[in-house]
Amino acid sequence: MQEMFYKHRKAGTFEIPSCWLIAAAAVMACVLAGCGDSKSRAAGAQPPATESSYSAPVYAGKMEPDDGQWVRPAKDYASTRYSSLDQINVNNAKQLKVAWTFSTGMDRGHEAAPLYVNGTLYIITPWPNTLFALDAKTGAIKWQYNPNPSPSAKGVACCDWVNRGGSYAFGNIYYNTLDGFTVAVNATTGKQVYKTKLGDITKGETITMAPLVVKDKVLVGNSGGEFGVRGWLIAVDAHSGKIAWRAYSTGPDKDVLIGPRFKPFYGSDKGQDLGVKTWPPDAWKIGGGTVWGWISYDPETNLVFYGTANPGPWNSDERPGDNKWTAGIFARDADTGEAIWYYQYSRHDLYDYDGVNENLLLELPINGQQRKVIVHPDRNGYIYVLDRATGQPLSASPFAYVNTSKGVDLKSGLLQYNDEKKPRFGSVTREICPSAPGAKDWTPSAFSPRTGLLYLPHNNLCEDEEDVSVSYIAGTPYVGANVKMFAGPGGHGGEFTAWDPVNGKAVWKIKDRFPIWSGALATAGDVVFFGTMDGYFKAVNAKTGDELWQFKTGSGIIGQPVTYKGSDGKQYVAILSGVGGWAGAIVSGGLDSRDSTAALGFVGAMKELPKYTSKGGQLYVFALP
Amino acid sequence: MFLRFLKLCCVILAASSIAAASPALKVCADPDNLPFSNRQGQGFDNRIAELLARDLGRKLEYVWQRAGRGFVRENLNKGVCDVLVGVPVQFRPVLTTSPYYSSSYVFVTRKDRHLNLNSFDDPRLRKMKIGVQVLDDDYAPPARALSRRQLTQNIVGFDVAGDESPEIIRAVARGKIDVAIVWGPLAGYYAARQRVALDLRPVNPELDPPALPFRFAMAVAVRKSDRELKDQLDRALMKSHAQIERILRAYSVPEFQTATTQARLK
Repeated sequence: MQEMFYKHRKAGTFEIPSCWLIAAAAVMACVLAGCGDSKSRAAGAQPPATESSYSAPVYAGKMEPDDGQWVRPAKDYASTRYSSLDQINVNNAKQLKVAWTFSTGMDRGHEAAPLYVNGTLYIITPWPNTLFALDAKTGAIKWQYNPNPSPSAKGVACCDWVNRGGSYAFGNIYYNTLDGFTVAVNATTGKQVYKTKLGDITKGETITMAPLVVKDKVLVGNSGGEFGVRGWLIAVDAHSGKIAWRAYSTGPDKDVLIGPRFKPFYGSDKGQDLGVKTWPPDAWKIGGGTVWGWISYDPETNLVFYGTANPGPWNSDERPGDNKWTAGIFARDADTGEAIWYYQYSRHDLYDYDGVNENLLLELPINGQQRKVIVHPDRNGYIYVLDRATGQPLSASPFAYVNTSKGVDLKSGLLQYNDEKKPRFGSVTREICPSAPGAKDWTPSAFSPRTGLLYLPHNNLCEDEEDVSVSYIAGTPYVGANVKMFAGPGGHGGEFTAWDPVNGKAVWKIKDRFPIWSGALATAGDVVFFGTMDGYFKAVNAKTGDELWQFKTGSGIIGQPVTYKGSDGKQYVAILSGVGGWAGAIVSGGLDSRDSTAALGFVGAMKELPKYTSKGGQLYVFALP
Repeated sequence: MFLRFLKLCCVILAASSIAAASPALKVCADPDNLPFSNRQGQGFDNRIAELLARDLGRKLEYVWQRAGRGFVRENLNKGVCDVLVGVPVQFRPVLTTSPYYSSSYVFVTRKDRHLNLNSFDDPRLRKMKIGVQVLDDDYAPPARALSRRQLTQNIVGFDVAGDESPEIIRAVARGKIDVAIVWGPLAGYYAARQRVALDLRPVNPELDPPALPFRFAMAVAVRKSDRELKDQLDRALMKSHAQIERILRAYSVPEFQTATTQARLK
């Protein structure tokens, strides 16, 4: 589906062309007349802007065909989280009402995107990772599947208990359990098709990511503490559950599946066994580089793209070297897993800047030439535009306040670290921006071909870091990094930014006192959805950022909104509410200060969070009346 | 006689009026973390807090709070409580008294296996399942010493506080793991409560280079601005050292040294 749209901008806001309003009214009329899902009438009908100070180029790329369902974590293989449904639009979004709700009965953080397939809504809970199949008309439970994750998993694994969702393919729902299994469950009957053990929880290895099904393989990556876990991506046969291949993120080339087809863009990534040589002896065995984020797939080249997490251990002095292949992105052959190229965002990462955030596969005009690219907003604060075939970074623009680096040198590909902000042994390094969760954490962005903009939920956080000092928890003394986080410039903890990836500029921003820890959803109705940690689910105008509607859910939102066309032809929007998980870590872990000077900015703001919301998982489904 | 009685009366009155006049000594303590403290007042830090309050002539009042991250900021510094008991002396965000004891992380094994483990560099560790506790989102410090020796794959994680805290010691007693490496007081207390005899030995090296200590001296902490209270507590600790030593012995704290034994060693 190809869409065109032209935008005007004057005095900092968009002017909506009058013909657009007419078109929108036509959409409304159509909705009222009950003609259901309609192709975007407003699009394409627009005359090119002639007098605009801002005008994003027409999006000329292809979008995947849309059947109105939601079967993959990011909606499509390109990870756009864009739906062509447009019944809900900028004019009627204010009428959105709750259609029905469903309590999961669990109080851990709910981060998953619901799936919608053939009249059924599927939701996956945090540990114990129950899969609910709900009748999308009534919210009644059709069946539930409980994988019974090992009780010993509780308390043995470090970290949070979250799950970021599943995938539908071949009549099955595929997802992962915290204790390291991938399960396939028959989407109609709820019967388990198979359950394959991939990770070992006794080693601190967990799985929280949403798998992507590519052809006949389910792609799964591990997560876990920064301690001793060696990252990998595994392809599981979608039918048999057998492991087809495994690609490690550290170690010798044969483990990383680096062979003759591996052609990284930069010379510094070429050479034998760099996954061993860029580490102190044997440190690669516990080097991290887990794969807990998102996977994208390009059917044309048959390549999958995904990021690797930060190197371990956290104290960077213990692992001199480039620490390959952590904190970067791999392109791999989807059938064999062979590495095709790699690019490292943060070489020898100092700040826990994982490279696992989403990769949107788009086609953008770069220097007047249409290029197939990857757009990747990284934790280190830059939005990278990479050539999809070679991994060459074409641009890297800061989308938040960054002082840990001075930019990305495109000639060498190197992030230009700022020496003044390097954490030092025994002394405090102040105002490190962005802080450890990065300018943006896992919270996935969305892209609308109608505006050409990327919609980014992200953080505005800085930190003071003391590399080592004595600390204690409940009578257990230890030496640890002392990190104190606070809101960045402006004093707000989070931002929702509309970003023009071609010109590398923010078009509008919405500020929030808390970090925005939910996913984003863009629709052809030019409505963008996201949630806040104090529990508001919001609809905003994709072009202007103006708020159209909001609804206070029962708990803070750290889930991912989805939209679908129900069997009644109506457009629905669904979101899981339920604060905790990483957000909980932000509250209780990240904001460690033990210092009276810390009661400012973000620390103060997060302390307020319990006044706004409490725990509890609940699904909300919204529709027009 | 009458005069003497009057005098005594006055003394009693004066004493009780002091107790009534001075506000309660508010101590933040974990409600469920034996052997350190619990809501029933059964931990050794509870007992030491009682001693100190008595000596200061102040009523003891507990504020039950789990000592996690942000704890000092949210409680001590906000005046929710005035005192923390059982804090490492080098803990920077607070003002600490002189230490009243020090202890070490220890290796815990079954006596009947005659392992006598006492070093992180013991090659036998390579073939062992090693229990280590998990703090917020990371392992306790022994895991770092193990990871440097490429022993991460041998680590089994356990919860640090609450109902689950004896589990790591029970796992040694039941042979589920070969060895646990835990903070001494916890090891001593729960080891004394197992049916089988356990062997406890301080870890070596005591300071794993470059800067990972396993012996810590523990003190009482107050707000940085409360120098006067700190001085009072120091005097009280000095006076009560014999009782404190008795308490620590009763809780089987291994290899501890009190301030006086340390002074003697110097």
